[in-house]
Amino acid sequence: MSETHSFTVGYVRHEMQGPLPPPVAESGAVKWMRENLFSSWLNAILTVVSLFVIWWVLSHTLPWMLAGVWSASSLTDCRNILAERGYSSGACWAVITERWPQLIFGFYPSELYWRPILAFVLLIGAVAPVLYTSLPRKMLWFSLIYPLIAYYLLWGGSVWTPVMLAVGFSLVGMGGTLASNKSGFFFGVLIAILIFLLMFFDPLSALLNVMGGIAGLFSADSVRLSPMIGSLALRDLFPLMPTLSDLLGSIAPIGLESVTSREIGGFLLALVIGLSAIVFSMPLGILLALGRQSDLFIINKVCVTFIEVIRGIPLIVWLFTASTLLNYFLPPGTTFDLILRVIIMVTFFAAAYIAEVIRGGLAALPKGQYEGADSLGLDYWQSMRLIILPQALKISIPGIVNTFIGLFKDTVLVVFIGLLDPIGFINLIRATVEWNGIYWELYIFVGLCFFLFCFFMSRYSQYLERKLRTDHR
Amino acid sequence: MADVSGPPKESFRLSQLIYDSRYRSLTIQVVATFLLTAAIVWLGMNLVENLNRLGRGFDLGFLWQRAGYDISQTLIPYTSESTHGRAVLVGMLNTLLVAFLGCILATIIGVIAGVLRLSNNWIVSRLMAVYVEGFRNVPLLLWLLLIFAVLTEATPEPREFRPDENGVAAYSMFLGDSMAFTARGTLIPAPVWEPGSGVLVVIFIASIIGAFVWRRHALRQLYQFGRVVPILWPVLGILILPTLIGFFLLGRPISLEYPVLGRFNFSGGATISNAFMALWLGLSLYTGAFIAEIVRAGILAVSKGQTEAAYALGLRPRRTLSLVVLPQALRVIIPPLISQFLNLTKNSSLAIAVTYPDIRATLGGTAITTTGKELEGLLLMGLFFLALSFLISGVMNFYNSRVKLKER
Repeated sequence: MSETHSFTVGYVRHEMQGPLPPPVAESGAVKWMRENLFSSWLNAILTVVSLFVIWWVLSHTLPWMLAGVWSASSLTDCRNILAERGYSSGACWAVITERWPQLIFGFYPSELYWRPILAFVLLIGAVAPVLYTSLPRKMLWFSLIYPLIAYYLLWGGSVWTPVMLAVGFSLVGMGGTLASNKSGFFFGVLIAILIFLLMFFDPLSALLNVMGGIAGLFSADSVRLSPMIGSLALRDLFPLMPTLSDLLGSIAPIGLESVTSREIGGFLLALVIGLSAIVFSMPLGILLALGRQSDLFIINKVCVTFIEVIRGIPLIVWLFTASTLLNYFLPPGTTFDLILRVIIMVTFFAAAYIAEVIRGGLAALPKGQYEGADSLGLDYWQSMRLIILPQALKISIPGIVNTFIGLFKDTVLVVFIGLLDPIGFINLIRATVEWNGIYWELYIFVGLCFFLFCFFMSRYSQYLERKLRTDHR
Repeated sequence: MADVSGPPKESFRLSQLIYDSRYRSLTIQVVATFLLTAAIVWLGMNLVENLNRLGRGFDLGFLWQRAGYDISQTLIPYTSESTHGRAVLVGMLNTLLVAFLGCILATIIGVIAGVLRLSNNWIVSRLMAVYVEGFRNVPLLLWLLLIFAVLTEATPEPREFRPDENGVAAYSMFLGDSMAFTARGTLIPAPVWEPGSGVLVVIFIASIIGAFVWRRHALRQLYQFGRVVPILWPVLGILILPTLIGFFLLGRPISLEYPVLGRFNFSGGATISNAFMALWLGLSLYTGAFIAEIVRAGILAVSKGQTEAAYALGLRPRRTLSLVVLPQALRVIIPPLISQFLNLTKNSSLAIAVTYPDIRATLGGTAITTTGKELEGLLLMGLFFLALSFLISGVMNFYNSRVKLKER
């Protein structure tokens, strides 16, 4: 029928006409704006208000930023350049081009900058296999020894210290694994702790000291055991590993030029404190969370007390404790590095928070998972390691990463106990003759650096959440 | 005849302490107790020995000695002749003040930002995302320093409010000449309490109680007899009307004193120090960003089916919101919200950055440096914060147990 018509009737179309484009108001940018910016009166008002806010902020900051001077030797110099160019005000980015080595490295000797840089490059290699599971698993061995390499590169000193630490820890690990394969996990942990004490501590004199103390409690004239300890030939052997490394150091003095903790500052310090605390707080936090869930009365109460006390008091008070009070609780005359003390404090602090996050994950697991693990005949540690923790940790990823971000941000608090982190250097630079009176440029630079780092961490946690999601949505 | 006997009696062996799960937990606990006691004894012995060496004991007597320093903001009468104990109390009250006001402002900011971030207005939700991410990813200390610098460096000196020869001032006051941001602090009108204002306060408190009584009455009528008694308008009336009538009947006993520009500085009104403003705004904006995320998560946690079911039952949108959505969202929102309040309270110790006289500045700062009692000072400060956080977490546990889903 239609074919006949197409030949006979001249006014009938031969083919379908293409669809008309949608009305202007229903397509492209106009439609998008109608839907997203002006869908109702309220939305229109909000849009106008936000546009005003954006305009106000940009009009106050953008000209100032763009007029910035990038090379000048001092603030007056910079202001002169600005006046020459005809700007009434402008940013002095020159302070950053001039002083960025201090903000990044602190007082680290400038001819040795290659060491922190190398440590940072190696850090990427060490962190990559942890973050991305698609990389070969063999690389994890490098991640494992990386802390010692980083320590050696940053602080320098004799090469034998990290080597002996590595030897000691591998002995601990091997001994523990052997013992746990032979007679169970519990026994393995005991053996590992024993070897650890033997390697790095002085169990002999500690034992004698305690005995002396106890004897002193019971007898009026306290028994003096110190001559007895001194007469023991074994005494000089302990602590084992430090003695060995001293010995090797005197035989073959190999090493890098040593750098004191005082010279480490800026973002290097923030990274050292933040990353060490992240690494050490994770296992401690898991143990605390398990302890808080445990049926063992004493372990449970100890963990609860630890967590609640640490969380109840601000970090700044803990840092003051670390810097002024810790000496009261250590044997008279003991001094150890302030950075190390801060790392220990921050680690404890972060561990308490992580323990709470993981406890949430453990509590969120259905009871059937625990019962399933029991019915398979797994013992406590096996069921935790193979069944409970992988799921609980997966649930707690966002919380853990949030804690890490908070921890990294909190590292700036060390400025109050006299360590020179980026904010400490802002104060220092502002106190110099050349840059006295400069504010915003340094704050903006440091804030931006922190933002980039923390933003990357939160994006990574979102990626991890998506990747580990096993339910089908 | 079969000889029935019980299971063979095993003799106890020492290895059972490790391998037998019946005894193992006991072994672990005994070992743990022993190690813990040893550690505590060791620390305590060191402490005693160190204190002996320094030639001093543990004593809190310094709290009753003369403090000898001034505090810039005091809520209770205090002079440099007062005791350290009173200075500590001033610091505590300052901490509580900034924490309390900070919690209120942070909640307001957080709720607005959280709701706006879910808005389908593209530009508003982006703006809120920038706010939230910007504050969450940069240390609070940096924000405090930045806001403090803005308040002290970018605001005008009082003399710049004075008109020049052309009668034009470089800066002007806000809100009908009642407020001004200056480099020396923020000026606000101060209330003046004249005789009779006490009566007014009593009336106001009584009307608050009356409002609660009315609400109870209305709910009772609703649940017991099914009568709908209006709540909102009567409550507003009870709250406002008696106080308003009393205010005029008593001849306006409470008035506001506005700050006036004097010869060199503003006089009259009340001055809020820049340190307090910076700390308050900084804490509120920072915590507000976290609260915004909590609010957003809470709203998203109520599934759409709940709203649809409420509509299907014939509830109007406002009733749906107040009876179905909010109770469920609040269950998710409130616990993390309270822990954010706790964080804000603890973060208020960053007052050190802007030299606000909080408890860390009085007890943990000047008192320690002038008396040398760092052990006692830090211990007391720790106890103060611990007590505060136990109080707040106690409130949270109480709330949790009240709103917990009643499962059967």
